This record gives sequence, structure tokens and C-alpha cells, in this order.
Amino acid sequence: MRAALALLRRDLGLTFRAGGGGLLGIAFFMLAALLIPLGVGPEGGALARIAAGVLWVCALLACLLTLDRLFQADLEDGALDQIALGPLPLEAAVLAKAAAHWLATGLPLAVVAPVLGVMLSLPGQAQATLVASLLIGTPALSLIGAVGAALTAGLRRGGLLLSVLVLPLYVPTLIFGAQAADRAATGLEPGTALLFLGAVTLLAAGIAPFAAAAALRVNLR
Amino acid sequence: MKLVAHDLACRRAGRTIFRGLGFAVAPGAAAALRGPNGSGKSSLLRVLAGLAPAAGGTVRLGDLDLARDGEAWRERVALAGHLDAVKPGFSVRENLTCWADFHGAPRARADAALERFGLESRADDPAHWCSAGQKRRLGLARLLIVDRPVWLLDEPTVSLDAASVAVFAQVVAEHCAAGGLALAATHVDLGFGAGAEVHMPAPGASDPADDDANHAASDPFLGEDWA
Repeated sequence: MRAALALLRRDLGLTFRAGGGGLLGIAFFMLAALLIPLGVGPEGGALARIAAGVLWVCALLACLLTLDRLFQADLEDGALDQIALGPLPLEAAVLAKAAAHWLATGLPLAVVAPVLGVMLSLPGQAQATLVASLLIGTPALSLIGAVGAALTAGLRRGGLLLSVLVLPLYVPTLIFGAQAADRAATGLEPGTALLFLGAVTLLAAGIAPFAAAAALRVNLR
Repeated sequence: MKLVAHDLACRRAGRTIFRGLGFAVAPGAAAALRGPNGSGKSSLLRVLAGLAPAAGGTVRLGDLDLARDGEAWRERVALAGHLDAVKPGFSVRENLTCWADFHGAPRARADAALERFGLESRADDPAHWCSAGQKRRLGLARLLIVDRPVWLLDEPTVSLDAASVAVFAQVVAEHCAAGGLALAATHVDLGFGAGAEVHMPAPGASDPADDDANHAASDPFLGEDWA
């Protein structure tokens, strides 16, 4: 546990240093969401209809943007060897690194989402559900993304392949996340969608560390 | 804990890198791993670190068997590869304290290690200001933090100046005097003594019957007999 926390602290520290790209994901998220009203037009009705879905798609892409260096940087400079030889099982190290990624990307997304919700004229009663859906769903984005990042860690320009690998796996999270916020916006009960969203995240937490660790072991050979 | 390898073989990407390698390094001893470029020294060290699988043979460390006790094995070895794992965004000291925290070692050890390798005056500088030799010293300083009995060193003295090589040789000697053992792939003399050398098998020493080209010839489906 102590080693996992140390790894998490190290990754968070690196994210916000020069070259870490700490606030890049969140900046991309805000810019992409800002572009939608410019493209769709300021008419409130049309924006409100698509607001929840747009925010979720933007969150997904912002998450992808920062994933490709999750393991690649450590593999290239040999730090991954040191992590593999450390006191922590590789599965736990993956979990710690995914948690650091979520704290640097997913959590800030959920925090700024209400501001963008207002801008996209998302109905007020849906704001809380939007934040809740992002808080519950974005950990799955980091976890599933970690598997793709581990698979493509050894490849030059692996980021593109990573997107192709990971985006289809994001579909359940996107469907239930956007559905929850959308149902709240139209005055329906969002509880079921949130429960399914939580189930997807739990499933990802159970499988992703093992899949990513297996992929990393192949990369370490 | 004696490190003993017997009839060790390594394959990468379907090619036999080396086979039939046997050696023993006693606790308190350091051995230089010698062999021309491409003879598999780095591959051997990664096998011995438990990061890559051996294609055959056995390696034992005291009572531990590499193939059987992977987790316990990896907790006894330290690898200083030709990659330094230095993070340019961290300061020189942070580059060591993050590993000290990870291994549950006291942070004071980081300062002691920096001093040992003559980096204490650079401790608060960003690591991307360091020269190649300073980065290498920083990578080697990590050995003093993780506190493992077996040191596997892959070209540890590359880009070090003569004074730093002497310091490093002294550090290895102290590690061995404290009961540790070290195996270093190196082309320079680190003062391990003439007898303490492990020679990689010559590439020609591999059994021709097992090479892929011959494999194809002896395979009934790939050979002429099939047609």
C-alpha cells in the first residue's frame, strides 16, 4: 500500500512538471466543448438536446489524449524495469498509475463539467447527475485505457493505435454515462443508468490491471 | 546466497541468443561479464533479473529457483541497465527520493547516495540539466537506495569519467564486502580480479540442430519429403 501510494504520488508529481502534460486533457476538454456551440449554433433547444452526449464524448477524447504516455515514458527510460523489480506486484502498479491518471484527468473533467453544461444549456436539474456520471464513469476510462496503453507502450506513434484499440471498449461507459445525464435532463430517473455505469467501472477495475500487467510483462522482455 | 546458472539458454524473437551458459558467483564476489557486442549480455542480465524468461536451463540464488520463485527472486535483485530511469522533470534529489518512498527506504539514504556519487551540489537542480555522466551516476546511485543483495549491472561505466569509475568500483567493492554479489557486463576493468570473469558463449557454440534454419529443414512439412 505504501509503495502504491509512493508510485501514485510520483506519477502525479511528474504529470504537473514540465513535459508531463498535466492540464492538457482538461484544456482539450474545454476547448472541444467550446467548439460545439460554434458549430451547432447558439439555439438553446438544439444544444440542450445534445449537451450530455457531447460532454461525454469530449471527456472520452480528452482522456485518450493523455493515455499514450502512461507506460511508454517509463518503458523508454527504464523506469518500468525498476517498477517491475519493486516491492509491488505489477498489477498493483498498474492500478496506482491508472489512479494517478484519473486524478490528473478524470477528476478535473468532472469538476469543470458543470460550467460547460451551463454553456451548452444543459437543464439545471441534470447538472448533478452529469457530475455524478463523470465521477463514476471516468475511472473506467483510465482503467480500460491502461490496457491499451500497456499494449502499445513499445510502439512508436502508438497513440493512434491506442485510440483504435480503446475507443470501441469505451462504448458501454459512453452509453450509460450519457444516458444518465440525458435522462436527468428530460426529467426521467437516472438511477438505473448510473448503476450500470458503476458496474462497468467495477468490471474494468477487476479485469484491466491483470490485462495491462500481462501486456507490460511482454513489453519488458 | 550463491548465484548459480546451469546450461542457461535465451531466445529472442525466435532466435537463439546463447545456450549452454553456466557460471557461479559467490556471495561477496563481483564478476565481470565479458563478450563481444551482440553476444547476449544484456539479454542475460534481463533473464537474471526475472524480467525475461529463460529458454532453458536453471538459475538458482541460494534456495531460490528463478523459474519457480519469480516474485521472491525479483525482490532480491537490483538492475542498473543502460537506461538510467532519470525523470527530467524531477530534481536530482527527487529522482532518488521517489524510489526511496517506493521501496520504503528512509529518504536520508537518498542524500547519502548523492554524496557518494558526488552529486550533492546538484541535488536541487532539475535532472534535465545533468550531463550524460551525471545522469548515469544518478541511475547508479539508486543501487544504494534499493538495498538488494544481487546487483546486475549493464555497462554501468558508460559515459563516466575516470574518477567516477573509481568511485563506482569502490561502491561495488563495499557492496561485496557487505556480503552482496554483483555481475557487471562491462568492457573496462573494474578491479574485480582476473579470475572473476564470466564469458558469454561464442555465437558459433550454439547447437546447429536447434537453429531455426535447420529447424525448417528437419521439419517434414517444410522439408522436401513433404512434396
